Amino acid sequence: MPGGYAGKFLDIDLTKEKVEDITFDDETLEAYFGGRGLAAKILWDRIGRKWRKIDGLDPENIFLALTGPMTAIYPGARIMCSGKSPLSNGTVGSTASTEFASELKMAGYDGVIVTGRAEKPVYILVTDGGGEIRDASHLWGKLGEETIKLLNREVTEELAKRKPNIGLWKEPGIIYIGPAGENLVRNAAVMSKICHACGYGGYGAVMGSKNLKAVVAKGRGKIPAVDAPESVKLLLKKTHEHLIGRTTMRRWGTGYAGYAVGADTSSEPIRNWQEEWHDEKSMGGPRFENRFWVKKKWADFGCTTNCMKISCIKTGRWKGDITDMPDYELEAYCGTNLGIFDPGDNVHMSAVIDNLGHSGINGPNTMGFAAELYQRGILTEKDFGFKPTWGDAEAMTKLAWLIAERKKIGRVLGEGTYRAALKIAKKKDMKPEELLKYAVHVKGIEIGAHGTRSDADYTHDISYAASVQGGDHTSVAVDGFTEMSAAVFTDSAVFCNFCFFGVPQELVFDFAKAVTGFPITQESWRRVTGPRIVTLQRALLLLGGPDVTWEPVGDDDNPPRFYEPLPSGPYKGSKTDEALVKQKRKTYFETLGWDEKGIPTKETLKRLGLSDVDPLMRKFRK
Amino acid sequence: MSKPIWIARDYAACSGCKRCEIACSLHHEGWMWPEASRVRVFMPFPGCEVPHLCSQCNDYPCVASCPVQALSTDADTKAVLVDREKCISCGKCIKACPGQVPILHPGDEKATICDLCDGDPECVKVCKEAGYNALMLVEEGPSVHRRLFSRNPIEVAKDLAVLFFGEKGEEVI
Amino acid sequence: MSKPIWIARDYAACSGCKRCEIACSMHHEGWIWPEASRVRIFMPFPGCEVPHLCSQCNDYPCVDSCPVQALSTDADTKAVLVDREKCTECGACIRACPGSVPFLHPGDDKVTICDLCDGDPECVKVCKEAGYNALMLVEEEPNVHRRLFSRNPIEVAKDLAVLFFGEKGEEVI
Repeated sequence: MPGGYAGKFLDIDLTKEKVEDITFDDETLEAYFGGRGLAAKILWDRIGRKWRKIDGLDPENIFLALTGPMTAIYPGARIMCSGKSPLSNGTVGSTASTEFASELKMAGYDGVIVTGRAEKPVYILVTDGGGEIRDASHLWGKLGEETIKLLNREVTEELAKRKPNIGLWKEPGIIYIGPAGENLVRNAAVMSKICHACGYGGYGAVMGSKNLKAVVAKGRGKIPAVDAPESVKLLLKKTHEHLIGRTTMRRWGTGYAGYAVGADTSSEPIRNWQEEWHDEKSMGGPRFENRFWVKKKWADFGCTTNCMKISCIKTGRWKGDITDMPDYELEAYCGTNLGIFDPGDNVHMSAVIDNLGHSGINGPNTMGFAAELYQRGILTEKDFGFKPTWGDAEAMTKLAWLIAERKKIGRVLGEGTYRAALKIAKKKDMKPEELLKYAVHVKGIEIGAHGTRSDADYTHDISYAASVQGGDHTSVAVDGFTEMSAAVFTDSAVFCNFCFFGVPQELVFDFAKAVTGFPITQESWRRVTGPRIVTLQRALLLLGGPDVTWEPVGDDDNPPRFYEPLPSGPYKGSKTDEALVKQKRKTYFETLGWDEKGIPTKETLKRLGLSDVDPLMRKFRK
Repeated sequence: MSKPIWIARDYAACSGCKRCEIACSLHHEGWMWPEASRVRVFMPFPGCEVPHLCSQCNDYPCVASCPVQALSTDADTKAVLVDREKCISCGKCIKACPGQVPILHPGDEKATICDLCDGDPECVKVCKEAGYNALMLVEEGPSVHRRLFSRNPIEVAKDLAVLFFGEKGEEVI
Repeated sequence: MSKPIWIARDYAACSGCKRCEIACSMHHEGWIWPEASRVRIFMPFPGCEVPHLCSQCNDYPCVDSCPVQALSTDADTKAVLVDREKCTECGACIRACPGSVPFLHPGDDKVTICDLCDGDPECVKVCKEAGYNALMLVEEEPNVHRRLFSRNPIEVAKDLAVLFFGEKGEEVI
């Protein structure tokens, strides 16, 4: 067994109620590593040939919660959730920081693979003794906070009963869904620790479609052994030294960017991206910190960065709301994107949306879409049962609930922004383009809170347009090379990006080699492993699904709104450069060895060890 | 040898990063083994993290309770010491401890209790390095009755929940 | 000379000890003179202490406002500099400042503004030494908009009051 791996994966069929331990051979682990890469490989092997026919919410879809070999060893332990995305019909490697990942390793598992559908709500418990399926009917319908409280009690009591004398049992690690996932809201998140989310891809809905409320892990074993322990210990010290030097990140996280991304880079979503510039100083960090940040140093397993802070609203109508700071993405999406510029209302929306198990980005993207349709008279008060007015936190709270419970227009909105646009067009007897011009997504995946029109932020022309993960701002397309040793790597090694930035990449890859014993370098990830994973993801994305497929090149593009000139601010008039999109997209495809339509060529597939994918790519090349 | 020391705990300052668990197990077990760490961080609700470790109660009820005298105290550091050969894994010391701090080792089931790292605790070092100081070395005689810190971690967390979240805090654990 | 620095402020961590006022005035005035200190601690209600000092706003409204160009910025540290000979004590810069940070010196009435101690601020040192880090040096480019910190200290204290005291906090200032 290469270093860093616990050695086995839990394979569960909920339909047959079958629980098994499986392994993967060393070659597969070396070629795909773990997390995002391994998930794509497993999905291709098991359901790749019938991919087109499977909807993300069908029992045939597979839900995967995988770690990688560096999880819980390198700082910032994370879990990666994947499967066929109910949104893009491709795959996303969606990660969240959580002790669920370290506990899974301690229980002796590198991941959990779930197929089929349970008859009644269940949760999976993973312990030193293996995996088991347990009844979750008493948990179904519960919000995030309540779910954590109940599972913490129930599982520690159960484990203490099974092994009473060892001393106090600590709480387990938990990933769970809220009502949004339970009700199959297509972009629902997999949640952990009230505010950490595997947000992109809609895997909360996949869990919901399997009647799977949570996956819980508690182990007492060692963290997996590594190939070169003395090197790893030394590299760990060096890594910590770098991370401790990241003063501003440790001090404020991203919770101060709510002002800067609007005022400086003019790339913050405001009222469904109708604008991207604002000068509302109320959205600046100090207003949040001084009034709401009750815990300012909060971290997950092994993390030095502690960018996280916890907020609590102590007064007024939202008294008692608890959430994380909010981080920048939710300052934007649960704030400015809904026309909300009051810090208290922003903290409240973040708490509501997390508690419901919506993705804090994708959920309010659909909410903003709906609010704009109301603004333009395409939807009316009757569709909602209230007026979803910009800036009205009470109305927006109702809207979040409406979608989570699939009531009234929430029924359609719960399909995600893209599908909702198509369905509403049909309903209102309008052309799809008329609605799609308000839909800010790429390949069905709603776009993160960094616009491309000003070109002043880190996101540009092809960042989303060419990415196999659509609007996912954590894993943008750069040049088909650089990003392979960044997000594609961290999503597969599975650890937190904020423990990756600020550490010299050479050190990170030395660490990876010392852990696994694989001959890993930044170069090998940029040239081979990363492209292998992304090419496989591209192939699956192209295969599409029963309701939605994407047009190569045509859909490798930004949403219409990103080509509208910015209406205000220092970058007024600026828009995404179409010519540049065309040019860089072409280069991107070339760099990855895909043809001019972005179809992986036979040679590329062969070089990357993906020859068995070639037969299914032929039809796209015609 | 070393002089008497004590690890002060500032629960509200604990980030939950568990680097103390990593450092302790690296030192005592040679590799990362959180559940063999002598300091274990409980988190019954996110934000309410409690490092749970021996407080060296003045009256050492654990030592008194051991039926085979496997427990003793270090003359210099005042830490509790476990003779693993003598230990019969009966669990009486866990029951005697006001905070149920000791554990039976996940490997060999022997009673496992913080030994203050012979005067230079690893957990304190990493907590200080990270700037939290949730575990902080006290060298002069602490003006506290150490037994007061031997408390069920869920009860501690309930207090933290109210401190942080007000009335809401009474509902979350 | 020195590179650009900035003093980050963690208001909730301020103990109210005013050693920063002491250190600053010792350095600039040669003796303890709190009301001549460039950082002044406001405490509109006990527990709600706010260190009030220049934030080096990105657009330097104070510099723009001076009718006699007595204000400028240091090319290296980015601090605001006052030419005391030119200053006519008109108070325009105090009005232009979003947080009303500058003040007229209690001795000679000239405008007084933090000069970042030429790159090695005294207040930061004593605050760090005491373990508070309420004033903390930031050397890399802060991902914050500095002007956001130029705010009336009573307003900041009102936020702190709610953070600490909940609903009661809305009544105390």
